[in-house]
This record gives sequence, C-alpha cells and structure tokens, in this order.
Amino acid sequence: MAVKTPLLKVNNAGIRFGGLKAVSDVNLELKQGELVGLIGPNGAGKTTFFNLLTGVYVPTEGSIELDGDKLNGLAPYKITKKGISRTFQNIRLFNELSVLDNVKVAYHSLAKHSIMSSIFRLPKHFSEEKYMEEKAVEFLKIFNLDNVMHETAKNLPYGQQRRLEIARALAANPKLLLLDEPAAGMNPQETEELMNLIALIRKRFDLTILLIEHDMLLVMGVCERIYVLDHGQLIAEGTPEQIRNNPKVIEAYLGEEVS
Amino acid sequence: MNMLKGAKGFWSSIVLAVVFGIAMQFLITGEIINFFYVNTLYFIGINIILAASLHLIIGITGQFSIGHAGFLAVGAYASAIITMKLELPFVLGLVAGGVAAAIAGLIIGIPTLRLKGDYLAIATLGFGEIVRIVFLNIEYVGGASGMTVTQLTTWPWLFGSILLTLLVIRNFTNSTHGRACISVRENEIAADAMGINTTYYKVVAFAIGAFFAGVAGALYAHNFFIIQPTNFGFLKSFDILIFVVLGGLGSMSGAVLAAILLTIVSTFLQSYPELRMIIYSLVLIIMMLYRPQGIMGTRELTSFFKFGKSAKGGVNDGSKNTVA
Repeated sequence: MAVKTPLLKVNNAGIRFGGLKAVSDVNLELKQGELVGLIGPNGAGKTTFFNLLTGVYVPTEGSIELDGDKLNGLAPYKITKKGISRTFQNIRLFNELSVLDNVKVAYHSLAKHSIMSSIFRLPKHFSEEKYMEEKAVEFLKIFNLDNVMHETAKNLPYGQQRRLEIARALAANPKLLLLDEPAAGMNPQETEELMNLIALIRKRFDLTILLIEHDMLLVMGVCERIYVLDHGQLIAEGTPEQIRNNPKVIEAYLGEEVS
Repeated sequence: MNMLKGAKGFWSSIVLAVVFGIAMQFLITGEIINFFYVNTLYFIGINIILAASLHLIIGITGQFSIGHAGFLAVGAYASAIITMKLELPFVLGLVAGGVAAAIAGLIIGIPTLRLKGDYLAIATLGFGEIVRIVFLNIEYVGGASGMTVTQLTTWPWLFGSILLTLLVIRNFTNSTHGRACISVRENEIAADAMGINTTYYKVVAFAIGAFFAGVAGALYAHNFFIIQPTNFGFLKSFDILIFVVLGGLGSMSGAVLAAILLTIVSTFLQSYPELRMIIYSLVLIIMMLYRPQGIMGTRELTSFFKFGKSAKGGVNDGSKNTVA
C-alpha cells in the first residue's frame, strides 16, 4: 500500500486573512483508497482547510496537488471536475428542488447537450435528459432514497438530508470525497448507519475519503489514519491508537496536564 | 413514458394557445372588442413578456436585478432606430431590440454578477438610470423630447413574441441548464461545489432575460407612437419587479398571472393616478403579510392538472390554499 503514489498531496499549504494565519504549513498525503480523519478542537481550521482544498479559498502559501495536477487558484467548479467533491458542515442542499433534481444537478457536467438544444427541444436534449434521469434514479437506489425521490429536499428528515448530501457529492463522480462533520446532530443509531454507508460507498466507488468529525467513536472506528489540527497547524498524525495516546493531542483537547 | 405524456400536454397547450391567438385576431379585426380593450390587451402582452423575462433572472437564477427597464429602453430605442432611421422592416427591429438588450445584459452582467444581494440590486438600479440618462442626452434619438415611432405592433407579432418568450424560458428552465440556474439560486456555494460554473449561468440567464426585455421594448416602442427616456425610469423597473414578486418567485405562471391582473387593475385605475399607487402599494403590503410566497409560490399552473407531484411541487400547503 505504501508504494502507491499519493492521490492528494498538500505541501506547506496555508492561508492568512490579513494578519491572521488561519491555516499554515499543512503537509498531508492521501493515498488512493484511504479513509483518513481530520480532527481538532473547535476553531482549529479544519473547515478552512477543506475550503482550501475545494477552491473556496485560494491558498496564500504552499501547493495542493491532486493526481499530480496543481489545484491552486482554480475555481471551485473546476476543482470539482478534477475530482474533489464535498459535503458541508451545515447541510447545503438545493432545498426547493426535488431529491432527484438535487442529484441531477451533480450530473450537470456530464450533460452533452447545449443550451440551444434545450431551448429548441432537439432530440439531443431528450436523450441526454433521459440518460441523466435514469442514472440519477439508479444512483438514489443505492442510498435507499428512491422512494422519496420526488419529495422536495427541504422536507426530508435530517438523517436523510445528510444522506442525500453525500449521495449528491458522490454523483459528481469524485476521486476524493471530503466529508465535513457528516455525523453532526445525529443520534447513535443514525451515526452507526452512517458508518455503514461510508464503508459501503468506499468499497463500491473505489473512493478516497477525508473526513472531519467530532464524534470520536466514528473517527476511531472507521479511519485508518488521523491527522490532528490545532491553531491552524498539524500537531499529530498516525493511526487511531497512536493518536489516542499522543500527549500533544490530549493537551490540545483537554488542556495541559497539571503536574 | 412520462416524457411522452409531458410532450402531449405540451403540444396540446400550444395548440390551445394558437387557437386563442387566432380567435383574438378575429375579434380585433372584426372590431368586436373596442379600441380601449385592444390597447389594454397589448399592454398586458408586453407586460407578460417583461414579467417572464425578469422571472428568469430573479425567480429562477435568484439574481436580484432591479434595472429591467434599462433593457426595455435599449430594446425600444434600438428597434426604433432600425425602423424609423434606417427604415428597415419591423421584424428586424424586433430582433435588433432583443440582440441590443442582450448585449447590454452581457456588458452589465459580466462585471456585476459577481456581486451578491443588495450590491447587485444597487448596481443594476444604477445601470437602469445610466441607460435613461444616456438616451436623454443623445440628440440622434430625440433627447428629452423623445422619438416618434410609427405604430407597427400588431396582435400577431405580439402574440408570437409572447409565445416564443414563454416557450424559450420554459424550455430553458426545464433542462439541466435551468436546474443549474436554480441551484445557483438555492445555494451558490453548493452549486459551485457540484461543478456548476455559477458565473456562466448567471450571465446566460441575465442575457436571455435581457433579450426578451429588449423584444418587449421593441413592441412597446411601436405601440405608443412616441418613446421618451422618462418612460423607462426606475418606477418602470419596479412595476416589472412587482409582477415577479407578487406572482411568486420561481413561478413563471405566477409572474404571467400577476402581470395580467396588475395591468388590468392599473388600466382601470388610470383615471385616478394618485389612487393607483396607493392601491398598488396596499395590494403589495397585504400580499406580503398574508402570502409572502406570492400568488403561486414556486408552483406552476400545470402542476394543478397533474396527478402526483410536479417537478417543483411538494410545497407544504396544498393547492387548495392557493389564492388566484
């Protein structure tokens, strides 16, 4: 496994907002097929780091490479097309669209028909739209969402909204999936379902996953490797076992030990 | 199968519309409806086009643009120059009006559409005023005293333009491109993260909307004998905005319905201009208090005739609550 070239390579990446260094000197490597966790106390810069990876922010220092392609400065939609897709900490679905249409939006970059062919309803429009619809329906079946596919997204219960968001991110056909606190606000049973779902999609779509999570049970349970971020800097890296016993991590989470 | 059903409903509604158009033509040429009503009808038609075109920009793509009268003015003047100064046929004037407005849309859209919410509103408001001032100061088009234009707008041209506008906007909306625009409205950050080129779709929607506003401008110019910069002030922009908001943001049938209703109301209130604005404002206030989502919400008329749920259906309240 160690011989594989990294899928994602982050070299000394960082961003400053004016004088504030939100994230700095992050070095991180993900190999094809890995499931890696990114943890850290509140305000450590985890989501900011995701925003760097997905192009919402442009890194002010360092570089980010996916499969050897440099991603710095690319628009978010271009980075998605290169193969990084994400979910959000606070769910961002297209609320007024149906579940099916939410997934279809993610298929948009696959569509080969032009605006004109849609306006004049040329045969290409119908064949492409039909193809997208079939693909989306099939896709929703994997996530057990096909029975609610005509429901408006905002009317779904919370757990299903989370699932739909993951489904939509996967529909964009990523090589690397970024999950930003997927278990936030879930009860233990939903969290367990989510863990099973992550295991399932990983196997099925041959994915590499990087996930931010506060739920230690989930992180320790599913991740092979864990990075720990604190005050915008990586303070530790290792297996769940190593992380659990790392004094720096304990310090960051619980404060300094009184001796 | 579903698509076939949709296509059937689509063609039958077109046939119905054409039958309606021909019937109206007979009523007009047979002078069965008097001049006053015909004039109101033209007014309604032009407002329908304006409402639908702004609906694409605000209702579908979620870009709060309040300078729509600017595009109307560009279309009106461009077409008037074609027919009056260059003495070319009216159809060229219609096309030129649309194209000129679309180009204006691109020029204003590309720099301003990166702005959000209030900032975009202010920028488009500024654009509308700039257009008005520019025409006010060009002697070639008559300056403040305006430009006389022959009456060339006839029912077939008007009706054809309405049909084309509604069809194009409907077809655009119900496609992957329309969904891309809606995703921008719903959540721009998520749309970006799903691989949608958000700036591109904002500009496209803006240009298509501007195009049809320009066509409406051409029809408008050739209906009222004279066009003056004062016809295209920001109050005109607000009139159009009101159609879209009152009809329900995101519903084209709502915008069309509101355009029809409000044009009729304001035509009959024309003899009391001061009362007109009061009633207008009252209608808006009451509407926003009791039905903030507008006449139709985000639903379309067709969703009432379908069994099951429409593409955009599933709104909490049932169809029975809909005031129309």
